[in-house]
Amino acid sequence: MTAPMHDTVPVESGDAVAAADVTKKDVEGRSLGRIAWNRLKRDKLALAGGVMVIVLVLVAVFAPFITSVLGHDPDVRNEDLIDPLFQTPKGAWGGISSEHLFGVEPGNGRDIFSRIVYGARISLLVGFLSAVVAVVIGTVLGILAGYFGGWLDAVISRVMDMLLAFPQLLFIISLISVMPNQLIGLHGTGVRLLVMIMVIGFFGWPYVGRIVRGQTLSLREREYVEAARSLGAGRRYILFKELLPNLIAPITVYATLMIPTNILTEAALGFLGVGVKPPTASWGNMLSTAVSYYDSDPMFMIIPGLAIFITVLSFNLFGDGVRDALDPKGSR
Amino acid sequence: MTPRFHWGVHRATGGPRAVLTYIIRRLFAAAVMLVVIMLAVFSIFFLIPKWTGVDPATMYVGKQTDAAALEGVREKLGLADPILVQLFEFFKGILVGRDYTGGGDTYHCSAPCFGYSFKTEQAIWPILADRLPVTLGLAAGAVIIWLLIGLTAGVVSALKRGSIWDRGAMILALGGVSLPIYFTGLISLAVFSYGLGLVAHQFTPIEENFSAWFSGMILPWVTLALLFGAMYARLTRATMLEVMGEDYIRTARAKGLREGVVIRKHAMRSTMTPIITLLGVDLGALIGGAILTETTFSLPGLGQAVLKAIGERDLPLILGVTLITASAVVIANLLVDVLYGVIDPRVRLA
Repeated sequence: MTAPMHDTVPVESGDAVAAADVTKKDVEGRSLGRIAWNRLKRDKLALAGGVMVIVLVLVAVFAPFITSVLGHDPDVRNEDLIDPLFQTPKGAWGGISSEHLFGVEPGNGRDIFSRIVYGARISLLVGFLSAVVAVVIGTVLGILAGYFGGWLDAVISRVMDMLLAFPQLLFIISLISVMPNQLIGLHGTGVRLLVMIMVIGFFGWPYVGRIVRGQTLSLREREYVEAARSLGAGRRYILFKELLPNLIAPITVYATLMIPTNILTEAALGFLGVGVKPPTASWGNMLSTAVSYYDSDPMFMIIPGLAIFITVLSFNLFGDGVRDALDPKGSR
Repeated sequence: MTPRFHWGVHRATGGPRAVLTYIIRRLFAAAVMLVVIMLAVFSIFFLIPKWTGVDPATMYVGKQTDAAALEGVREKLGLADPILVQLFEFFKGILVGRDYTGGGDTYHCSAPCFGYSFKTEQAIWPILADRLPVTLGLAAGAVIIWLLIGLTAGVVSALKRGSIWDRGAMILALGGVSLPIYFTGLISLAVFSYGLGLVAHQFTPIEENFSAWFSGMILPWVTLALLFGAMYARLTRATMLEVMGEDYIRTARAKGLREGVVIRKHAMRSTMTPIITLLGVDLGALIGGAILTETTFSLPGLGQAVLKAIGERDLPLILGVTLITASAVVIANLLVDVLYGVIDPRVRLA
């Protein structure tokens, strides 16, 4: 029984890459990571994406430090900078000045730069952690389905097909809307973050699961697995020592390409008003507020929009690069 | 190699009977999916609140803390009944309709019964039926544009690999997959509608004035189609490149076929197969995009209804929208599958 597979992700194992590379000048053993890194180094766009990703992570981690140096708390209102009649920031371009680098929010005068910096925390946190959730569930179930086959495979494959066709955003919205404000010791924003991470991760696992299942199916018939089995290796040894290391490459690629999608989903939820709520800053909820000011203060819409765009683009560039680097066929 | 007549394909796989078996199997799968969706929706709205310690009745009543009102709601909606009874009533309501008894009165809610809005006390189904065409119109238009953009850009890029056209299209596509719908939507609305006045910025129902409807839908269609179109352009290009490297393409060329025929008759057909499969899967994602697009352009569709309902904590309405949209996706998916089985004989054997 075969589930439909239609991915543009490398589907070769590490040893095939190494074999293909032997024809090159040096025959000394090189690890898969080494080969991939050498290819990645030549890909300027991917490197640029990777550098941006690192910068963004640093910004998110050191957000309190950055804002304290510039002296604008993300939650402090500066009503003196707001035009009392139109509620828009005084000055051109949404109040951009040397003091407020990205201007201030209409209505309350909060510093947009600080809020963007803090918003990066929410976006990256949800993006990374939900990818982790998806990878963990997807890898476990994918290996189980591919290795054991039979009814287990049938059940897992059907569930994956079904989840893939689900209108996910709608289910995420309805799930979040029935969640209480307090849950296992968390409040408000904490609950919403936890629910978003779990739910986005849950709907993401079939994408990983399909890849892992397909890989496991082909890997378990390989000679080296057969050899290990004939030497008396246990099931656990084969799964963890023989199969899993060869699944790392496709899983890495998929995880990298999944983060930007998750970031978009998180921002979409913020935009729809079911994500993180103000005063906690997130790019999505800034855009949601910006809708009411889009002709009087367009900068307030453009800045968070660009933040999302640049972040997602960086992850996509980097992810594409990693995929090409790990892809033995070297196509695309 | 056995000679093959153009109609021989059907013969080889068992003819119309195989198609029928295939369609029946897809119908069965769709029915299972619908049941699963109903179960999922039921769990979200009735089971999960129980686990997390929220009384569904308080969610329905809202801020009122009147004990009598709560009791009334609980009785009327049967929230005190065992969970299996509730589940049965829920399914029954959708399939054949159900009765609500509360305070001595009985209301009949005819099928498909999704209950009553807690905000307006209207039956849910007419609200949904009113808004469904808007969302369907948005989704259908977007699918057409997205396939046109995606397939054309993908095929041309693959055939002219490395050219300026290929690079340009792929850079645009990469940008396209990284742009959030709500951002492109807001910007295009500001530029094309308010700024240049090229298209209408207000929604007009299709039955009122077709051209006004069309003009108002152009931006939403294009916005929604751009994201998916970009994705499909990348995918089509990658698939096409892979197909063009296959042996049978070389064979086709070797036997002297013109390049146009090789591409149209041989390469395109294999390229389309994975794309159509993906189209079925992506219909679910399309609904998510439609919700965002409706919010951005204030279209009175299901997405807008569900967001309003969330703001007002109108659970029956959220439940109804979730269920009806999920069902629409299942049905559309079924259509794609059946069409696919008719077009590509190999699928029926799988």
